[in-house]
Amino acid sequence: MRTVEGMFEEMKKIAEEEGYQFNPVQEDLDDILQGLWDNMHRYGYGSCPCRIASGVIADDMDIICPCNYRDADLVEYGCCLCTLYVDDDWIAGKKTHDPIPERRPQEYFEKGYPGIMEQKGAGDKDMAEVYRCTVCGYLCAREEPPDLCPICRAKKERFEKFGMK
Amino acid sequence: MNKARPMLYTLSTCVHCKATKRFFKSQGIIYDFIDVDKLEGREKEDVRSEMIRLSGTVRFPTIVIGDTVIVGFYEDKIRAALGL
Ligand code: SF4
Repeated sequence: MRTVEGMFEEMKKIAEEEGYQFNPVQEDLDDILQGLWDNMHRYGYGSCPCRIASGVIADDMDIICPCNYRDADLVEYGCCLCTLYVDDDWIAGKKTHDPIPERRPQEYFEKGYPGIMEQKGAGDKDMAEVYRCTVCGYLCAREEPPDLCPICRAKKERFEKFGMK
Repeated sequence: MNKARPMLYTLSTCVHCKATKRFFKSQGIIYDFIDVDKLEGREKEDVRSEMIRLSGTVRFPTIVIGDTVIVGFYEDKIRAALGL
Protein backbone atom coordinates (compact mmCIF):
# COMPACT_ATOMS: atom_id res chain seq x y z
CA MET A 1 0.00 0.00 0.00
CA ARG A 2 2.35 2.69 -1.23
CA THR A 3 0.03 5.55 -2.05
CA VAL A 4 -3.01 7.27 -0.64
CA GLU A 5 -4.84 6.27 -3.82
CA GLY A 6 -3.96 2.61 -3.28
CA MET A 7 -5.23 2.77 0.28
CA PHE A 8 -8.47 4.42 -0.85
CA GLU A 9 -9.05 1.83 -3.57
CA GLU A 10 -9.08 -0.88 -0.90
CA MET A 11 -11.34 1.14 1.36
CA LYS A 12 -13.71 1.79 -1.52
CA LYS A 13 -14.03 -1.88 -2.30
CA ILE A 14 -15.06 -2.68 1.26
CA ALA A 15 -17.36 0.34 1.52
CA GLU A 16 -19.13 -0.64 -1.67
CA GLU A 17 -19.69 -4.18 -0.46
CA GLU A 18 -20.93 -2.97 2.90
CA GLY A 19 -23.02 -0.09 1.59
CA TYR A 20 -21.07 2.83 3.07
CA GLN A 21 -20.39 6.08 1.29
CA PHE A 22 -17.63 8.63 1.53
CA ASN A 23 -17.66 12.38 1.93
CA PRO A 24 -18.49 13.76 -1.53
CA VAL A 25 -16.49 16.98 -1.04
CA GLN A 26 -13.26 16.05 -2.78
CA GLU A 27 -11.09 18.54 -0.87
CA ASP A 28 -12.23 17.25 2.52
CA LEU A 29 -12.02 13.64 1.45
CA ASP A 30 -8.44 14.16 0.28
CA ASP A 31 -7.49 15.80 3.58
CA ILE A 32 -9.01 13.00 5.65
CA LEU A 33 -7.40 10.27 3.55
CA GLN A 34 -4.01 11.98 3.71
CA GLY A 35 -4.34 12.18 7.50
CA LEU A 36 -5.23 8.53 7.74
CA TRP A 37 -2.33 7.60 5.49
CA ASP A 38 0.07 9.68 7.60
CA ASN A 39 -1.10 7.85 10.72
CA MET A 40 -0.74 4.47 9.05
CA HIS A 41 2.84 5.25 8.25
CA ARG A 42 3.98 6.79 11.48
CA TYR A 43 2.13 4.41 13.83
CA GLY A 44 1.90 1.32 11.65
CA TYR A 45 -1.89 1.26 11.90
CA GLY A 46 -4.60 3.53 10.54
CA SER A 47 -5.57 5.45 13.63
CA CYS A 48 -8.42 7.94 13.27
CA PRO A 49 -7.02 11.16 11.80
CA CYS A 50 -9.09 13.50 13.96
CA ARG A 51 -8.36 11.81 17.28
CA ILE A 52 -5.11 11.77 19.18
CA ALA A 53 -3.42 8.38 18.97
CA SER A 54 -1.36 6.90 21.79
CA GLY A 55 0.97 5.14 19.38
CA VAL A 56 0.28 1.82 21.14
CA ILE A 57 -1.98 -0.30 18.97
CA ALA A 58 -3.78 -2.11 21.83
CA ASP A 59 -4.74 1.20 23.42
CA ASP A 60 -6.03 2.57 20.11
CA MET A 61 -7.85 -0.57 18.97
CA ASP A 62 -11.25 1.16 19.03
CA ILE A 63 -10.12 4.14 16.94
CA ILE A 64 -8.51 2.30 14.06
CA CYS A 65 -10.46 3.35 10.97
CA PRO A 66 -13.25 2.42 10.58
CA CYS A 67 -13.56 3.07 14.31
CA ASN A 68 -15.96 1.38 16.73
CA TYR A 69 -18.01 4.58 16.84
CA ARG A 70 -18.67 5.02 13.14
CA ASP A 71 -21.93 3.14 12.82
CA ALA A 72 -23.60 4.66 15.85
CA ASP A 73 -22.54 8.14 14.70
CA LEU A 74 -23.81 7.51 11.18
CA VAL A 75 -27.20 6.51 12.59
CA GLU A 76 -27.40 9.47 14.95
CA TYR A 77 -25.63 12.26 13.05
CA GLY A 78 -25.33 11.04 9.48
CA CYS A 79 -21.55 11.15 9.59
CA CYS A 80 -18.60 9.73 11.46
CA LEU A 81 -16.50 12.03 13.65
CA CYS A 82 -14.07 12.82 10.81
CA THR A 83 -16.86 13.05 8.20
CA LEU A 84 -15.06 10.42 6.14
CA TYR A 85 -18.21 8.29 6.09
CA VAL A 86 -21.51 10.08 5.57
CA ASP A 87 -25.08 9.12 4.72
CA ASP A 88 -27.64 10.45 2.21
CA ASP A 89 -29.26 12.86 4.67
CA TRP A 90 -25.92 14.38 5.55
CA ILE A 91 -25.05 14.82 1.88
CA ALA A 92 -28.46 16.36 1.19
CA GLY A 93 -27.84 18.86 4.00
CA LYS A 94 -30.67 17.51 6.14
CA LYS A 95 -28.27 16.97 9.02
CA THR A 96 -26.13 19.63 10.64
CA HIS A 97 -22.53 19.78 9.51
CA ASP A 98 -21.46 21.13 12.89
CA PRO A 99 -18.97 19.02 14.83
CA ILE A 100 -20.55 15.96 16.39
CA PRO A 101 -19.91 14.90 19.98
CA GLU A 102 -17.13 12.47 20.79
CA ARG A 103 -18.57 9.04 21.49
CA ARG A 104 -15.30 7.57 22.69
CA PRO A 105 -15.21 7.75 26.49
CA GLN A 106 -12.69 10.26 27.83
CA GLU A 107 -11.09 7.60 30.00
CA TYR A 108 -10.01 5.69 26.88
CA PHE A 109 -8.01 8.75 25.84
CA GLU A 110 -6.30 8.66 29.20
CA LYS A 111 -5.92 4.93 29.84
CA GLY A 112 -6.35 3.38 26.41
CA TYR A 113 -9.01 1.05 25.09
CA PRO A 114 -9.76 -1.72 27.58
CA GLY A 115 -10.61 -4.50 25.10
CA ILE A 116 -13.88 -6.36 24.77
CA MET A 117 -13.40 -9.19 27.26
CA GLU A 118 -12.29 -6.80 29.96
CA GLN A 119 -15.35 -4.62 29.32
CA LYS A 120 -17.71 -7.55 29.76
CA GLY A 121 -15.75 -9.00 32.63
CA ALA A 122 -15.97 -5.75 34.56
CA GLY A 123 -19.69 -6.42 34.98
CA ASP A 124 -20.50 -2.74 34.81
CA LYS A 125 -24.09 -2.06 33.82
CA ASP A 126 -23.05 0.73 31.50
CA MET A 127 -20.90 -1.60 29.46
CA ALA A 128 -21.91 -2.40 25.92
CA GLU A 129 -23.79 -5.59 25.20
CA VAL A 130 -22.44 -8.13 22.77
CA TYR A 131 -24.80 -8.74 19.86
CA ARG A 132 -24.69 -11.61 17.44
CA CYS A 133 -26.04 -11.56 13.89
CA THR A 134 -28.20 -14.67 13.72
CA VAL A 135 -27.67 -14.83 9.95
CA CYS A 136 -23.89 -14.89 9.68
CA GLY A 137 -22.63 -15.02 13.27
CA TYR A 138 -20.94 -11.59 13.24
CA LEU A 139 -20.33 -10.34 16.81
CA CYS A 140 -20.11 -6.77 17.98
CA ALA A 141 -20.05 -5.02 21.36
CA ARG A 142 -22.11 -1.85 21.47
CA GLU A 143 -25.19 -0.38 23.06
CA GLU A 144 -27.47 -1.43 20.23
CA PRO A 145 -27.05 -3.76 17.27
CA PRO A 146 -26.16 -2.04 13.97
CA ASP A 147 -28.98 -1.16 11.56
CA LEU A 148 -27.43 -3.47 9.04
CA CYS A 149 -24.98 -6.25 9.64
CA PRO A 150 -21.70 -5.00 8.13
CA ILE A 151 -20.91 -8.51 6.91
CA CYS A 152 -24.12 -9.92 5.48
CA ARG A 153 -26.45 -6.87 5.46
CA ALA A 154 -29.09 -8.59 7.59
CA LYS A 155 -31.41 -6.13 9.33
CA LYS A 156 -31.13 -5.04 12.96
CA GLU A 157 -34.02 -7.32 13.97
CA ARG A 158 -31.90 -10.31 13.10
CA PHE A 159 -29.45 -9.58 15.91
CA GLU A 160 -29.74 -11.17 19.34
CA LYS A 161 -27.95 -10.59 22.61
CA PHE A 162 -25.01 -12.88 22.94
CA GLY A 163 -24.45 -14.45 26.34
CA MET A 164 -20.89 -14.71 27.55
CA LYS A 165 -21.63 -16.97 30.48
CA MET B 1 -12.28 41.56 21.71
CA ASN B 2 -9.36 39.87 23.37
CA LYS B 3 -5.88 41.10 22.77
CA ALA B 4 -4.04 37.83 23.32
CA ARG B 5 -3.45 35.78 20.22
CA PRO B 6 -5.84 32.89 19.79
CA MET B 7 -4.28 29.52 20.55
CA LEU B 8 -5.22 26.45 18.53
CA TYR B 9 -4.55 22.92 19.74
CA THR B 10 -4.62 20.84 16.58
CA LEU B 11 -3.67 17.57 14.93
CA SER B 12 -1.70 17.73 11.69
CA THR B 13 -3.93 14.97 10.30
CA CYS B 14 -7.33 16.37 11.23
CA VAL B 15 -9.65 17.80 8.59
CA HIS B 16 -11.55 19.93 11.12
CA CYS B 17 -8.29 21.40 12.41
CA LYS B 18 -7.25 22.28 8.86
CA ALA B 19 -10.60 23.96 8.29
CA THR B 20 -10.18 25.95 11.50
CA LYS B 21 -6.74 27.20 10.48
CA ARG B 22 -8.11 28.11 7.05
CA PHE B 23 -10.90 30.06 8.69
CA PHE B 24 -8.52 32.08 10.87
CA LYS B 25 -6.34 32.82 7.85
CA SER B 26 -9.33 33.85 5.76
CA GLN B 27 -10.26 36.34 8.47
CA GLY B 28 -6.71 37.67 8.58
CA ILE B 29 -6.30 36.67 12.22
CA ILE B 30 -2.88 35.79 13.53
CA TYR B 31 -2.93 32.75 15.81
CA ASP B 32 -0.59 30.33 17.52
CA PHE B 33 -1.02 26.60 17.17
CA ILE B 34 0.44 23.33 18.35
CA ASP B 35 0.08 20.17 16.30
CA VAL B 36 -0.12 17.92 19.33
CA ASP B 37 0.43 14.73 17.32
CA LYS B 38 3.86 16.05 16.31
CA LEU B 39 5.00 16.24 19.92
CA GLU B 40 6.61 13.37 21.77
CA GLY B 41 7.08 12.02 25.25
CA ARG B 42 6.96 14.46 28.10
CA GLU B 43 6.03 17.41 25.94
CA LYS B 44 3.01 15.60 24.49
CA GLU B 45 1.86 14.56 27.96
CA ASP B 46 2.16 18.11 29.24
CA VAL B 47 0.09 19.53 26.42
CA ARG B 48 -2.53 16.80 26.86
CA SER B 49 -2.81 17.65 30.57
CA GLU B 50 -3.06 21.31 29.68
CA MET B 51 -5.96 20.53 27.33
CA ILE B 52 -7.75 18.48 29.96
CA ARG B 53 -7.37 21.36 32.36
CA LEU B 54 -8.83 23.74 29.78
CA SER B 55 -11.77 21.71 28.52
CA GLY B 56 -11.91 18.42 30.40
CA THR B 57 -11.04 16.52 27.25
CA VAL B 58 -8.51 16.06 24.45
CA ARG B 59 -10.61 16.80 21.41
CA PHE B 60 -9.46 18.58 18.30
CA PRO B 61 -9.41 21.35 17.48
CA THR B 62 -9.49 23.08 20.84
CA ILE B 63 -9.51 26.83 20.37
CA VAL B 64 -8.64 29.29 23.10
CA ILE B 65 -9.62 32.90 22.53
CA GLY B 66 -9.02 34.93 25.66
CA ASP B 67 -11.09 33.26 28.37
CA THR B 68 -13.21 31.34 25.89
CA VAL B 69 -12.43 27.70 25.19
CA ILE B 70 -14.15 26.21 22.15
CA VAL B 71 -13.94 22.50 21.45
CA GLY B 72 -14.60 21.78 17.79
CA PHE B 73 -14.75 23.98 14.70
CA TYR B 74 -17.91 25.95 15.49
CA GLU B 75 -17.62 28.93 13.18
CA ASP B 76 -20.37 30.89 14.94
CA LYS B 77 -18.81 30.46 18.39
CA ILE B 78 -15.40 31.44 17.05
CA ARG B 79 -16.82 34.53 15.37
CA ALA B 80 -18.55 35.53 18.58
CA ALA B 81 -15.41 35.07 20.65
CA LEU B 82 -13.40 37.09 18.14
CA GLY B 83 -16.02 39.77 17.91
CA LEU B 84 -16.42 39.26 14.15
S1 SF4 C 1 -14.33 8.82 12.73
FE1 SF4 C 1 -14.49 8.20 10.58
S2 SF4 C 1 -12.45 8.53 9.74
FE2 SF4 C 1 -12.25 8.56 11.97
S3 SF4 C 1 -11.75 6.42 12.42
FE3 SF4 C 1 -13.96 6.62 12.64
S4 SF4 C 1 -14.69 5.98 10.65
FE4 SF4 C 1 -12.54 6.41 10.37
